[in-house]
Amino acid sequence: MKLSLDFQGTVIIAIFGVIFMLAAPALFGKVTIIKMTVPISLAILALSLALVWGYGGILCFGQTAFFGLGAYAYSIAATNSGESTGAIVVAILVAATAAAILGYVVFYGRVSDVYLAVITLTVTLILYSLMRRTSGPDYKIGDALLGGFNGIKSPKINLPWDPGDTLSRLELFYPAIAALILAYLLCGWITRTHFGRVCTAIRENELRAELIGYDTRLYKLGIFTVGAAIAGLAGVLFCTGVTRVTPDVFNLYNASLVIIWVIVGGRGTLIGPVLGAFGLYYLTEWLGRTASINNNLILGIVLIIFVLGVPKGVVPTITDWLESRRGHRTLRAQERRMRLRRNRTGRESPS
Amino acid sequence: MKRSEVVLETRGLSMYFGGVKAVDRVDFSLWDRELRCLIGPNGAGKSTFFKCLTGQLNPTAGSVVIRDVHVAGREPHEVSALGVGIKTQVPNVFSGLSVEENVWLAARRWHGPARARALTTETLERLQLTEIRAEMVESLAHGQRQWVELGMIVAADPWLVLLDEPAAGMTHDETTRTAELIREINTTATLIVVEHDMQFIRMISDKVTLFHEGRILMEDTMEVISADPKAREVYLGTRV
Repeated sequence: MKLSLDFQGTVIIAIFGVIFMLAAPALFGKVTIIKMTVPISLAILALSLALVWGYGGILCFGQTAFFGLGAYAYSIAATNSGESTGAIVVAILVAATAAAILGYVVFYGRVSDVYLAVITLTVTLILYSLMRRTSGPDYKIGDALLGGFNGIKSPKINLPWDPGDTLSRLELFYPAIAALILAYLLCGWITRTHFGRVCTAIRENELRAELIGYDTRLYKLGIFTVGAAIAGLAGVLFCTGVTRVTPDVFNLYNASLVIIWVIVGGRGTLIGPVLGAFGLYYLTEWLGRTASINNNLILGIVLIIFVLGVPKGVVPTITDWLESRRGHRTLRAQERRMRLRRNRTGRESPS
Repeated sequence: MKRSEVVLETRGLSMYFGGVKAVDRVDFSLWDRELRCLIGPNGAGKSTFFKCLTGQLNPTAGSVVIRDVHVAGREPHEVSALGVGIKTQVPNVFSGLSVEENVWLAARRWHGPARARALTTETLERLQLTEIRAEMVESLAHGQRQWVELGMIVAADPWLVLLDEPAAGMTHDETTRTAELIREINTTATLIVVEHDMQFIRMISDKVTLFHEGRILMEDTMEVISADPKAREVYLGTRV
């Protein structure tokens, strides 16, 4: 079947991920691996938007809201409980619940696409200014001081069965990349279920989906919530990677970065935005170290180039190109076969 | 179900846009297994009336009852859930998906995986779409896109089918085939067809409802309507 073949591609990419996970310590230095947790968490964030926007067709300009909520919820819960496993679950639930409430309002209120982008962006920016105002000893949840623009210190992740045994920043690489691979497989699986295929259909034509009997509001709410849960998990890995979460996770710059990753990597694919996040993260990091040019200027130029020149994004453009080449090859093979047949009949006919 | 039963009924159905009375106090009854055509000049209110039946518009006043269920103001998916297949005026298809995926999505809504697969295969064959099943719908010609949409309706196996201009933009051959298909659907389902093309209506028509200025002017067979001087005046003009 065609569908199972599609899923093979996803599994093969996931296997490459596992190989990378196992080979990384031999290939890179310790510092590189320690630093890799952050881009991995950003890649998971990109993946969540790839699902929500690329497959669900919902342009969420505030995916970082759920990312940041996940990070804050984890930090607060882990500080209070003294262990991480339950805190991770809390973080995912907080992000998903926030999305479910927001999603219920916008989808059941039939808010149009453009306003949805504006509303989600506004939510992120509201959280940004809200969290900046929480400095001082009065703002605390349990033992966790919210800390205003300094943010909260994020406790380390520990082994589920032993709160005393925390992971070092080097060891954190493994759960982080494992989470990326699992989230990737989960998204790949979702897009192939009946639910995921209906979401894609809604992206293509919402009215038609309604006319054949699907309650599109419910499906949009579903994929939006799942995407937020994944973004919440990404937030957990991000804040443990940098050991702190500050209100900056909610700022405009980060909110637009996620969109750029997805545009550059390619909407309608899952691996594209993941690669887009890694690529642009290392590009800006490299520029920050070497060049004296402003990072934002470069990012702006990258965005303009992609929107004008490669509107589909890197991965779809490459696959299209490969497919057209394969198409040409089969066409050429067909021509060759026909020529052969013609030659043969040509030779036979005089006799 | 007896043949003489009313399956769709509107009472005083009205849709006003500001001061414009697009549909004005329409009483309409459709009987089981009927094939009813709605005709009328541009702006007569046929399409607005149609959208009130399908849940795309919430009528200003009046009621729509489909088999004892009040549907005025309901969502389109709720109307669909009653077993109603709907084709809109502008083709609404999933452009970026394959022909097969389009049909499968419709079949899978009301049937389990195995039955949905069987229905999909059956529908593709019935509409002669099997050869292009893997093509993206956006790459198809207009007529084929219309059939994909019809396929999505047929695949759900509805008992009531509402079609808004199913033959619009089709070639003569395509129109003939569509007419055959509609008659075939009529063997198992009740239909309402909104149409402009007189030729096409003659091919399929049973009973015709003529709309004029938001109201029903008359209801009869095509022969009677085309012979009626008043009907000719509002719509048919000198062409027929």
